[in-house]
Amino acid sequence: MAQQQRPTAVGKAADYLDQRTTIGVLVKELARKVFPDHWTFMLGEIALFSFIVLIASGFFLTMFFDPSMALVRYEGEHPANMQGQLMSAAFHSTVEMSFEVRGGLLMRQIHHWSALIFVGSIVLHMFRIFFTGAFRKPREINYLVGLTMLILALAAGFTGYSLPDDVLSGNGLRIIDGVVKSIPVIGSFMSFIVFGGEFPGHHIIPRLFTLHIFVIPGLLLALIGLHLFLMVLQKHTQYPGAGRTDKNVVGYPAAPVYVAKMTGNFFIISGVLTLMGATMAINHVWNYGPYDPSPVSAGTQPDWYILFVDGALRLMPGPGWEWVIGGYTLSMNLLIPGMILPGILFTLLGAWPFLEARVTGDHREHHVLDRPRNRPVRTGVGVALLVAFVVCALAATNDLIATHFSLDIFAITWALRVLLVVGPLLAFWVTKRICLGLQRRDRELVLHGHESGRIVRFANGEYVEVHTPLEPEEVWLRTYHQAPRPLDIKPAMDARGVRRKGYKSDRRWQRLSQFFYEDRVEPATPAELAAAHSHGKHDELEAKTPATSGSAVRRRR
Amino acid sequence: MSENQNTPADASTEVTVGSQAGTAVGPAERFPDPGIPEHKHRLTDTDPRAARRAERTVTLLFVLSILGTIGSIVAYVMVPPDGTASGVRLSTLLIGLGLAVSLLGIGIAGIHWAKALMGDREMVQERHPLATNDADRIVAVKDLNDGLADSGVVGRRGVLKGAFFAALALFPVAIAVPLIGSVGGDWNISAFKHTMWKRGTRLAIDPSGRPIKASDVTVGSVFHVIPETTEEFRETHEWITEKSKAVVLMVRLNPEDLRTDQSPEGETWSHEGIVAYSKICTHVGCPVALYEQQTHHLLCPCHQSTFDIADSAKVVFGPANRRLPQLPITVDDEGYLVAQDDFAEPIGPSFWERLK
Repeated sequence: MAQQQRPTAVGKAADYLDQRTTIGVLVKELARKVFPDHWTFMLGEIALFSFIVLIASGFFLTMFFDPSMALVRYEGEHPANMQGQLMSAAFHSTVEMSFEVRGGLLMRQIHHWSALIFVGSIVLHMFRIFFTGAFRKPREINYLVGLTMLILALAAGFTGYSLPDDVLSGNGLRIIDGVVKSIPVIGSFMSFIVFGGEFPGHHIIPRLFTLHIFVIPGLLLALIGLHLFLMVLQKHTQYPGAGRTDKNVVGYPAAPVYVAKMTGNFFIISGVLTLMGATMAINHVWNYGPYDPSPVSAGTQPDWYILFVDGALRLMPGPGWEWVIGGYTLSMNLLIPGMILPGILFTLLGAWPFLEARVTGDHREHHVLDRPRNRPVRTGVGVALLVAFVVCALAATNDLIATHFSLDIFAITWALRVLLVVGPLLAFWVTKRICLGLQRRDRELVLHGHESGRIVRFANGEYVEVHTPLEPEEVWLRTYHQAPRPLDIKPAMDARGVRRKGYKSDRRWQRLSQFFYEDRVEPATPAELAAAHSHGKHDELEAKTPATSGSAVRRRR
Repeated sequence: MSENQNTPADASTEVTVGSQAGTAVGPAERFPDPGIPEHKHRLTDTDPRAARRAERTVTLLFVLSILGTIGSIVAYVMVPPDGTASGVRLSTLLIGLGLAVSLLGIGIAGIHWAKALMGDREMVQERHPLATNDADRIVAVKDLNDGLADSGVVGRRGVLKGAFFAALALFPVAIAVPLIGSVGGDWNISAFKHTMWKRGTRLAIDPSGRPIKASDVTVGSVFHVIPETTEEFRETHEWITEKSKAVVLMVRLNPEDLRTDQSPEGETWSHEGIVAYSKICTHVGCPVALYEQQTHHLLCPCHQSTFDIADSAKVVFGPANRRLPQLPITVDDEGYLVAQDDFAEPIGPSFWERLK
């Protein structure tokens, strides 16, 4: 409108672009699009922004890194312990960029810290999605996209960790080689594929480099695009609250609030990662030395996200678990922790949305998130997985625990073996009980109100504490959900007494459904509130307390 | 999953029922949704002085960011790393701090701006069922069917279809064959079963390569051992690959402490209490490097597999299943320790064809 009188430069540019791209439609759709607000929605954002920092710092590093295994002697003066050593060009360039390139070490450290935070924020983001049920219809596909990105992030981390070709990462590769060799039938050939011959050969670093800077980030970029596209298309989920339903989205407009907040967040995250890179030393490879198949140092741990696999490898007892079948060797002591366990974990995570929808008998769209307490079994399973993950990660540090706390390493390993079996079961049971308890507490609060601390004495000497009724918003938050019930199935016999086909399968699903939803607490209802009010003296008193919004609830009723 | 693909009309009506349950099923069943709470004003909305203060803070933060950038460049120019570890640390710290201030300044300013000064009234937008409406769906299905009909493959020309899919499925083979042919080098997986130890190869110290005389090995001492070879060979890739299999850990025990070793009946694989075992763990192949003199235990620092050197290196604890293979040794005429032969079994982690 103002443009018609005096077109501004921005206006002219916008007009130029729009006449060629119809971008106005897109802006109209997106500019004031509403996004809900919650701090946990920032976790995925942290992952996205650390990925951008990874690309920026990674670009810097590629300018100076030489992904070659050609053997060279270190001619530089510093660090002193590297002088004259024979090493691969990859290791050489890593040391050189740390010591000779200004800001080189800074960028290396920022890159490494960003990678740790990247995977960490993805994992936290995924926990948020899992515990709040954000994977439910219509977001199952986007959930799988996210899970794929988690696996790619692990791959990105591991390939990058191996590039400097130092003793630590070389031993990490050797462990991978050992696990790969244990794969039945094709293991030895797979090892040859990875290393282009026998371990370590001279192909692995260039191959990892291509994966690390091209294939994996390329896939990640494409999937990030898809992830965000689906998020915008389906609109973001929102936490429950007054006025928030499955048919609306309550929040702030993309422009200007989220433009400013997200830009600000990007700069804060880059700033924090830079601060970490500037002040916290990480992976000073010249202290370990170039890769040599002979030395290894004690107290060596992989980056945190690989800890659980390494810990599982440590916990698995060896003797008796290598089976020879028809002359062929099957190393279950490697396959179980190295392949089967991670396989089960990622399969379970991937199948979860479909499994849960099946046992819930639920085909509706969900946009309002669950409070974790309202889904006790899901929350219990999530916590059990988390406990298993932590036990395995602890196991990967058993040598450090032993030296720091002067404990016997065999005792620690045995304790953790027991804990890996008992811990998740116990965690599941305790979590489920806590969830049910919290649901009962919700009912209790809705029906009887908050304790006010005001004690009243009646004429007959009886003391009673006055309870404050809840605000309608809080009542809604504690009662909005529906407690799912186990599936109903058709009886085994049909009307004519003939056994029904498919009954057994239905019954199995029903059993699983009962495991999920047999124990449940129904949310409080207005009828129950009315009943609660009609039986006690202190409720009469409640009604007399002036200016409480509880009376509002009653009036509405 | 097939149920999830039920007719969309179904799904959308269910959404309606579910979300309106609060009002639809009657007041006694569920509490009503009180609706979006009343908007509360911020201090900056009501107090112009607070708004001006917030504005000043944001401006100041942007200025701080500019100073950070300048500081970073100053650090770059004024504090060049002198090559020493401490110099590199100082340069890293100063450049990094400047950059961090520069980034954090912008970030915090942006967030503060958004939180204190930009509109904070919550807005509500409607969601619509994601499934395409029925009318559009009918058109889409019709369009697809028309396209399929135009292609002329429906119901006819089975050979054409077969050839088409076969051609598509086959062409990657022409790329895969050369790739797979070369990606694994020479594909000689039997190499896993041999090392460069041969009859008469001298045992040498790692990494210097100096051969070891039996008389130099005192009781209780530990040697990290490589096969003796030329200096030139030890500067090649082939050496690193060979060394990955050939490294050995050698210990001299009191002969009476050495309960058993792996030598078969009628052979002696040790020499006066000196035993040599593969240093590559039979678990996943880490170098087994930690030797405990008191217990004669050899511990792998990676996953804590523990082997008893005094008892033919059998597994005492941990995730390894097999004992470490023993290198049969003896002394040559000059008193140097030499191998009698290669290891009798493949070293390192297990693989499918290990016993074939």
